[in-house]
Amino acid sequence: MRVRPPVGTWTGLGAAILAAALIGCATAPSDAEVAGRAAAVLKQSFKANGQAGLDRLDQDDTQRLCTLYADKALPSDVAEMIEKLNLASIKWPAGGQWMGDWKNGERIAQEGRGKQFSDDPKGPVGANCYACHQLAPQEVSFGTIGPSLYRFGALRGYNDETRKYAYGKVWNADAYKACSNMPRFGHSQILSQQQVKDLVALLTDPESPVNK
Amino acid sequence: MKRGRGLVLGALVATACGAAIMAFAQTSAVDEIAKYRAALQDGNPAELWEVRGEGLWRTPRGPKQVSFERCDLGLGPGVVKGAYAQMPRYFADADRVMDLETRLVYCMVSQQGYTEAEAYKNPFGAGNERKSDIEALVAYVTSESRGVRMSVALNHAKEQEAYRLGAKMFVFRGGTHDFSCLTCHGEDGKRIRLQDLPNLTTVEGAQKAYTTWPGYRVSQGEVRSFEWRLYDCFRQQRFPELVYGSDAAIALTMYLARNANGAAFDAPAIKR
Repeated sequence: MRVRPPVGTWTGLGAAILAAALIGCATAPSDAEVAGRAAAVLKQSFKANGQAGLDRLDQDDTQRLCTLYADKALPSDVAEMIEKLNLASIKWPAGGQWMGDWKNGERIAQEGRGKQFSDDPKGPVGANCYACHQLAPQEVSFGTIGPSLYRFGALRGYNDETRKYAYGKVWNADAYKACSNMPRFGHSQILSQQQVKDLVALLTDPESPVNK
Repeated sequence: MKRGRGLVLGALVATACGAAIMAFAQTSAVDEIAKYRAALQDGNPAELWEVRGEGLWRTPRGPKQVSFERCDLGLGPGVVKGAYAQMPRYFADADRVMDLETRLVYCMVSQQGYTEAEAYKNPFGAGNERKSDIEALVAYVTSESRGVRMSVALNHAKEQEAYRLGAKMFVFRGGTHDFSCLTCHGEDGKRIRLQDLPNLTTVEGAQKAYTTWPGYRVSQGEVRSFEWRLYDCFRQQRFPELVYGSDAAIALTMYLARNANGAAFDAPAIKR
């Protein structure tokens, strides 16, 4: 199920989509039409399987805009709007308690299961951070789609600012970089708030192997 | 100020050393996988599928007891040599763009007398208990295009439409994780864990990837077709299940096959 932020926070996106469609019209007349048709054909070409229902093909506004601009330059005003709206929807932890347990964080970073139709809907659900990022140096099997996060806390400082950023970035990466490759782990209810905090600890606890 | 810079420099040196050690570990892991692949290339188990597929192609089957030798893959009834290098393509008899697998199902239904449900029943095999005839047929037909240059046409309006739709589907973001094909296949030199990812937006990347499917998957002990490749990518994208022979499967295949034009087809290959 997609999480829909309060309607009010998304005002203006409709206008942006319309503007984007018009830009599409100016350069290649039927580009937006082909995109619309592609979305419709996709919907007919999948079937629900286990926890992965057809609603996963219903795009929210961020996904729709990022798709629209995937094969062209993302205008800075659209990027800014996407970031602003995603930032506004972040659910921050109470009392500035950013950090959980880095040991749990490491398990979450290693866990590749979760949300696939082949996965047990009862869990576990991980973030599979190592699929794309370097983290603790003991793990040599890491991907490179995202930047290395080795010594993340050591380099950025063990302070509230770093931890708040890490929390927000894991919760909703599009708040900091529109159309990021990174899933919006908190926003899309992949991870719980506690799991996000555990990842913040993995990144910013001085005792975490990431910072050793 | 000076002390701060020293700390940063120290951190950078530590990072660089760590990175060097890890780069070594990874290079050797990737090398080992490459060596393993090279060793197996001489005797690819996919040949077993190819032989079985050739038998299935020539044997009268189904309620009507007809072989595939009347099945037209685009170059005339029964012509297999080089056919896959020109697919997907538009077929007037079906008034539809079809990839190889859809076309095989079409022949099973229209010529051999199977029901659609029977023809679609077992697209992906699972060991000796559940061998897939389609996977074997795919292995045989594709092997007959080995060395043939990819030459997928966009002559018919429906071929052009499939290509354009495929290009848009490639960048469609959805699911719980906001993934599209582009997320993993839009840049050179990227990996998931230690697995190298082809950049399918470049000619070289599309050519290298497309011409090496189907593949014998060592980890699964099965020959996997291109439809399987798409099905399993979407599973990992956290999408629902891609329907076998669906318009999206064919459009995406058209997009990637056409982008591979000019390269010599080189499959069934061997994959990790």
